[in-house]
Amino acid sequence: MTTDTATLASNAPDGPLADKWNTHRANMKLVAPQNRRKFDIIIVGTGLAGGAAAATLGEMGYNVKVFCYQDSPRRAHSIAAQGGINASKNYKNDGDSDYRLFYDTIKGGDYRARESNVYRLAEISRNIIDQCVAQGVPFAREYGGLLDTRSFGGAQVSRTFYARGQTGQQLLLGAYQALTRQIEVGTVTMYPRTEMLDLVVKDGKAAGIVVRDLVTGEVSSHSAHAVVLGTGGYGNAFFLSTNAKGCNATAIWRAHRKGAYFANPCYTQIHPTCIPVSGDHQSKLTLMSESLRNDGRIWVPKDKNETRTANAIPEDERDYYLERIYPAFANLVPRDVASRAAKRMVDAGHGVGPLKNGVYLDFKSAIERLGRETIEQRYGNLFDMYANIAGEDPYKVPMRIYPAVHYTMGGLWVDYNLMSNLPGLFVIGEANFSDHGANRLGASALMQGLSDGYFVLPATLPNYLAGMLGTPAPDPSSAEFKAVESEVQDRVSKLLSINGKQTVDAIHRRLGKVLWDNCGMGRNAEGLRTAQKEIAALREEFWSDVKVLGSGADFNQSLEKAGRVADFFELGELLAQDALDREESCGGHFREEHQTPEGEALRDDEHFSYVAAWEFGGTGKPGVLHKEQLTFEYAHPTQRSYK
Amino acid sequence: MVSQTTGRGRAEHIPTIRGRNGQRFWLADFYGSAIGKKAVMAITGILLLGFVLVHMIGNLKLYLGEEHLNAYGEYLREIGEPILPHTGFLWIMRSALILAFILHIHAAATLTVLNRKARPQKYLGGRDYAAASYAARTMRWSGVIVGLYLVFHLMDMTWGWHVVHSNFQDGKPYENLLHSFAPERWPVSVIYIVANVLLGIHIYHGAWSLFQSLGWNNPRFNLWRNWFAKVFAAVIVIGNVSFPIAVLTGIVS
Amino acid sequence: MTISLTLKVWRQKGPNAAGGFETYSVPDVNEDMSFLEMLDVVNEDLITSGKEPIAFDSDCREGICGMCGVVINGRPHGSVAHVTTCQLHMRNFRTGDTIVVEPWRAKSFPIIKDLVVDRTAFDRIIQSGGFISASTGSAPDANATLVPKAVADKAMDAAACIGCGACVAACPNGAAQLFTSAKVSHLNVLPQGQPERWARVASMVDTMEEYFGSCTNFGECEAVCPASVSINFIAQMNRDYLRAKFKDRRSLVRAADVANDEG
Repeated sequence: MTTDTATLASNAPDGPLADKWNTHRANMKLVAPQNRRKFDIIIVGTGLAGGAAAATLGEMGYNVKVFCYQDSPRRAHSIAAQGGINASKNYKNDGDSDYRLFYDTIKGGDYRARESNVYRLAEISRNIIDQCVAQGVPFAREYGGLLDTRSFGGAQVSRTFYARGQTGQQLLLGAYQALTRQIEVGTVTMYPRTEMLDLVVKDGKAAGIVVRDLVTGEVSSHSAHAVVLGTGGYGNAFFLSTNAKGCNATAIWRAHRKGAYFANPCYTQIHPTCIPVSGDHQSKLTLMSESLRNDGRIWVPKDKNETRTANAIPEDERDYYLERIYPAFANLVPRDVASRAAKRMVDAGHGVGPLKNGVYLDFKSAIERLGRETIEQRYGNLFDMYANIAGEDPYKVPMRIYPAVHYTMGGLWVDYNLMSNLPGLFVIGEANFSDHGANRLGASALMQGLSDGYFVLPATLPNYLAGMLGTPAPDPSSAEFKAVESEVQDRVSKLLSINGKQTVDAIHRRLGKVLWDNCGMGRNAEGLRTAQKEIAALREEFWSDVKVLGSGADFNQSLEKAGRVADFFELGELLAQDALDREESCGGHFREEHQTPEGEALRDDEHFSYVAAWEFGGTGKPGVLHKEQLTFEYAHPTQRSYK
Repeated sequence: MVSQTTGRGRAEHIPTIRGRNGQRFWLADFYGSAIGKKAVMAITGILLLGFVLVHMIGNLKLYLGEEHLNAYGEYLREIGEPILPHTGFLWIMRSALILAFILHIHAAATLTVLNRKARPQKYLGGRDYAAASYAARTMRWSGVIVGLYLVFHLMDMTWGWHVVHSNFQDGKPYENLLHSFAPERWPVSVIYIVANVLLGIHIYHGAWSLFQSLGWNNPRFNLWRNWFAKVFAAVIVIGNVSFPIAVLTGIVS
Repeated sequence: MTISLTLKVWRQKGPNAAGGFETYSVPDVNEDMSFLEMLDVVNEDLITSGKEPIAFDSDCREGICGMCGVVINGRPHGSVAHVTTCQLHMRNFRTGDTIVVEPWRAKSFPIIKDLVVDRTAFDRIIQSGGFISASTGSAPDANATLVPKAVADKAMDAAACIGCGACVAACPNGAAQLFTSAKVSHLNVLPQGQPERWARVASMVDTMEEYFGSCTNFGECEAVCPASVSINFIAQMNRDYLRAKFKDRRSLVRAADVANDEG
C-alpha cells in the first residue's frame, strides 16, 4: 500500500463551532438571479438529497438536469425509510439543543466524523422540519394539532419526527413534489430510466457525465458547470441488504476511477432489526423500523437447546440481554451495539426460528401496558408487513429479527462545501462520507440527505459557480466526452460478448457471501486478506464467465445489473483494504483484534483519528491512502458507553 | 451525441386520449370534462329518480280504484292553472325530463367511447373482479334496455299506439292499465316486470354512484349511502312490479 | 414446503412488437418466496438455458417504492388484498396452479418490454399541480400552523399512495381517479394546501383526463390498492373539481401558466 503523506483539508471555516456555518454563508460568493440560468447543473439521483437539491436549485433559477435509473424520481430508495427524522426542535422541552444533537451524532459515530459538518447538520435540522411541514408532509400530530415526536436509538431525548411508519416516503414525496413543480416550470429537465455510466473530467474539473438510456440503450453525453452525485450507498455489494434491488455504486465508483477519493469504505452499518433470511432464494432483506425497539423487548432463550415456542418459555428462562448488559439504554442502544449483541447471541447458539438465525423482539408487555390499539396505531403497518412476509402474527408471537446490511457511512470524500477533491464534482446524501462517522444514528440519514439537498449544497454550489460566470459549459461533443462515450460503449459490448456460464446474480451472491462473512459485523486481518483474494478472483471469474443475454440497444435488465455488479467487485476490494488498514474498532467497523474485555469496540484515537480517503490505484491494484486528520475541540472522544 | 429523451420526464412521448379541458366557454368546458359529465349524469339521475318515485307513488292510486287514479291523471294536467294553460305544467315537466334523459344518455355514451380509448386492450388472461357489483358492471346494458323499455311504455300507456295497445282510451289510465296487463296479454306484463327489475339494478348502482360523482361524501354517512340506494331501488321495483301482478292475479280488476 | 406451478407469462419484445403468452413450468417453489423471487428463479433458469429473462420492474421489494406490479390471474398485484406484487408470497398458491401473468394494460401505460410499462403519465399529473409551492427557505416554524390530528391523519391516509398504477390497471375504464384523488386530497385537506387548492384540483384533473378514462364507481381500484387508499378521496376530488369550475378564474392560475406564457 502506498500512502500519500499530504493530508486533505476539510476547508471548514475557522471560528467557534456554532458560528462556522453562519460565517461561511456570509462570506461565500453568490450568483445573481439573472445569471443563474446561465449555469448548467447535473444532478444524478432523485432521493432525498438529489431530489431536494434539484428542486431547490431549480427554484433558485439554475438550469438543472436530473437523472435517475428508476421509472420515476419518486421511487428512490429514501422512500423506504420508516422510522423518522431527527431535529433539535426541543418541542418536548426535554433538554434538546443543536449542541446535544451534534454531540449525540458525533458520539454515535464513534468520533470519526468531522465536527464542523455535524454541528451544521444539527443547526439545519430545525429548518428541515419547517420546510417539510410547509410542503405538506403529513407528520404525526398530537391532539392539540402540534407536531408529535418520539425517541430513537442513541438519544435520551424525544426528537424524532415521523409520519406513521412511512417517514421516508413522505419526505421523499415532499421533495419529489417540489421537484415536479420545477419540471413543470421548466427549470429542471428530468431524465427517468437513464443511468449514469461514467464521469467526464476536463482540465481537472468535472465536466459532465455519460449516460445510458435504459429504454433505448442509447449512450449520450451531458455537460454542465457542476456535477452533483446523490446516488446513495453501496450496501448492495453484499447482495443481501435492505437496499432496493437497483441501488448501486456505479456513479460514485466511476467518479472514483476518474479521480475522486473514496473515504472510509469500511464503515458499513448493519441494522439490528431486519427479518431473518428464510432461504437461498432470498433476494433482499426487509427492515423493521428501529422505532419498534421503543416498545419491543429483545430476548433469546437462555437454553441453547430450547425447542418450545416463544410464548411457552417462562420469563425466568429468557435472557433480555440488552436490558441486562446495557441497563441505561437497554433496548435503545445504538445500532452497531445492538447488532453485535444479536450476533453474539446467535453465534453462541441462542438463535431462534427454524434456521436459528434470529432473536425475538417481543411486544407482549407493551400490548399489556398500552393496549393493542395503541400499538396498532404506532406500528400497525410494520406489523402487517411482518405478518405478510414471515407468515406469523406479531401481535400474538414475538417477531424474529436479525441484523442486515443497511447503510454505508463511507462514500466519496467531500470537503465542508460537499465538493470532492475533483473541482466541480459535488457529492450529497449517503453517497458522500460526511456526517455519520463510523456509525449512523437512527433517523439521521433522512436529516442528512435533506440538509445536504435543501440547504447546504444550494449555499455552497454558487460559491463554486460564481468564478465561472461567462464561461459556457463544456461542449458535450468534445474529444473528452467522445473518449468516455466509447469507453462506456466498449464496456457494454464486452459484457454482452463474454457469453459464459454464470448469471450475474449467481456471481453477485458469491461476492455478497464473501463480504458478509469477512467484512460484515466482525472482521479480522486474516479474514480480510482472504476476502481480498477471493474478491479479486471472483472479479476475474465474472469478466470471463458471466452470461449476459440480449442486446445493448434496448431494454436489458441483465445488462444493467452486470455493469453494477462489475463495479461492486472493485469496491469490495477497496472495502476490504480499508478495513484491513484500520487497525482499530469503531462504530460499524469491528475488528475482532481490537475489543474491550466485554467485547465492545476499542478505538485507537492516537493512530486512527483520521478519515481514510482512497485514491484509485488501478483495477486490481491497491488504492493510495490520503488522510484527513480529525480534530475534536468540542466533543472529546471517550469510550462509548451505553451502560 | 445529444440525447433524444429530453421530453420523457414530462411524458411527452405518452399517447393522450383527448385534448385538454379548460380552454372553452365555462359551460362547454364543464360539460367537456369527464367529471363534469359525471356530475351531469348524477344531477339528471336525481331528476329521473325523483320522477320514477313520484310516478310510482301516483300509480299506487290504482289500489284506490278507478275514480282516484283517473282523477289523479286529470289533476296532473291541471297543475298550475290558471297561470299556466291546461297541461302547461305537465309539458314543462316533460321537457325537463326529456332534456335530462338526453343529457344522461349523451354523457354516458360519450364517456363510454372515451373509456374504450383509455383501455383499448382487455386482459387476455381474463379478469377477476374484486369489488365491482353486477349492477355496476351492467350499467350500460341495463341503461340501454330500460331506455328501449321506456319507448315501449310510452307507446303503450301514453301515446296509445294501436300496434301495442288496441284499446287505448285518452284520459283513462285506470282502464288502459287494466287492459294492458290483462292475463291474455301476459307477455306485456313480463316485459314490464323484467324491465323494472333491470331498472332497479340500474337505480341501485346509480343512486349510490351519484353521491360519489357529486362528491357528497362524509365518512359518517357513507354507509348510509349504500342503504339509501338499496332501499330506493327496492321500493321502486316492488311498487312498479306490483301493478302488473295485481292485475294478473285479479287483486285489481 | 415447496409447490409446483405452471406460469403463463406475457412476453413482448418491445413497445411496438406483438406479444403473446409463453408457458413455463416451475417446480420446487419455496413457499416463503415472494412472487418476484419466484420470477427471479425462473429468470436464472432461462438465462442459464440461453433464453432472455422475463423483464419486470421492481426496486425496493418491500412494498413502498411502487415500482413493481403485474396482473396475476386477472387481478393487479394478485389476489391478496392490499399488498404489492413483491409482498405477495408463494404460500398463497397451491401445487398444480396455473398462474397467468400480464402487464398493466392501459392506453397511457404503454408496454416497454414484457411486463414493464411506462407510467410517466402519473408524473405528469403530479407536475401539473400535485405540490405546495413552498420554496426552500421560506417556511415559518413548523408548529406555527396547527393541524388537527384528524386532518393530519386523513392527509396521511391519502398520501400513503405509492404510485404503482394498480388502480389504473384494475379499472375497466383505465381511469386514474384513485391515484389523482390521493394527491389532490392529501394536499387539499391540509391548511398549507389551501392557497392553491382550486388551481391544483382543476389542473391535475385536466391533465389526468388527457391520459386516462373516467370513473364509473366500480371500486376495483380501492380493492387492489396496496396502500388502501379509499375511493372517498375520489368523491372529495370530484367535489373540489366541481367547485373549482365555478370559481373566479384568477383562483385557478398557477405559477407554471404564467412562466410558460412569458417563456
